[in-house]
Amino acid sequence: MSTISKSAFWLGLRDGAPFVLVVGPFALLFGVVAADAGLNALEATAVSLAVIAGAAQFTAIGLLADHAPTFVALASALAVNLRMAMYSASLTPHLGAAPLWQRALAAYLTVDQSYALAMSTYPKHPDWETPQKMGYFLGTVTAICPFWYLLTIVGALVGNQIPPEFALDFALPITFLAMVAPMLKTRAHLAAALVAITLSLVLTWMPYNLGLMVAAIAGMMAGARVEMMTGGAK
Amino acid sequence: MIDRTELWTVVILLGIGSFFLRFVFLGVIGDRALPEWVLRHLRYTAVAVLPALVAPLVLWPAANGGEVEPARLTAAIVTIAVGVLTKHTFAAIAAGALTLAAMLTLLY
Repeated sequence: MSTISKSAFWLGLRDGAPFVLVVGPFALLFGVVAADAGLNALEATAVSLAVIAGAAQFTAIGLLADHAPTFVALASALAVNLRMAMYSASLTPHLGAAPLWQRALAAYLTVDQSYALAMSTYPKHPDWETPQKMGYFLGTVTAICPFWYLLTIVGALVGNQIPPEFALDFALPITFLAMVAPMLKTRAHLAAALVAITLSLVLTWMPYNLGLMVAAIAGMMAGARVEMMTGGAK
Repeated sequence: MIDRTELWTVVILLGIGSFFLRFVFLGVIGDRALPEWVLRHLRYTAVAVLPALVAPLVLWPAANGGEVEPARLTAAIVTIAVGVLTKHTFAAIAAGALTLAAMLTLLY
């Protein structure tokens, strides 16, 4: 444990803890949807444990319930999770020097919230080395992930008793928008977001959610290009 | 009813595949330096991927049959506005959630 900073871990835990309020409803919704599709609590929880990525889980279960071929369900869910490879690349300059077991653990725990928190916090602590960065990253998910599993079980057990008027489906969009909005600090960030949004809307016809990947890559290219033109990242 | 073999095949392969996607760069590249142009692109990963992921959900929510739904759209706009202005994620989430609840109550 000596290679993980405890103080940074606590900081991460503090920053990540409030997210249980929004991750919770989303996990609950997944449990409900899984129960709806005929999964029992054990099966629903297995999905959450194996995948810990709401959007991909919804995609897979939704398609299976729709009687899509196994391959299509799998490929579509993996395509939704392709962004994790981008997160992995983006985290590498920060966490790449950590021991292999820590990198494997961080990889399993790479979710939108831990990634977004890390990316918005690391620039505020230029003195942080790998132990601090790893500590912070693991701290952010320590509260979130148990809630993810737990509320999946609750959702699967409670099933359809939650009325649709609660609009649990919108916990995810609100969370993601709220995480991204404070990051829109420069014209380059703004350009990346606008290009990605526009293309994701235009490309919804692409199979397996591939439009998302094209939109994301185009957004990143736009950000990098504007950064070059305006000079400097900050 | 979902076929059990099919379900577990997808769960196991999706679990392995998702881990692989998360591990691919972090595990393989490790502390080898990435070229500057790659880093420049990676700085914009979060602000490109996350909005692209939610944009269709905001504009065409499945809960409303894929049609524009004013409560959700307003809540999304308020969330972004508060997030940009205050730079506080939780202020933005609270504002968005309250807007959504208020709009849903008023409209339906």
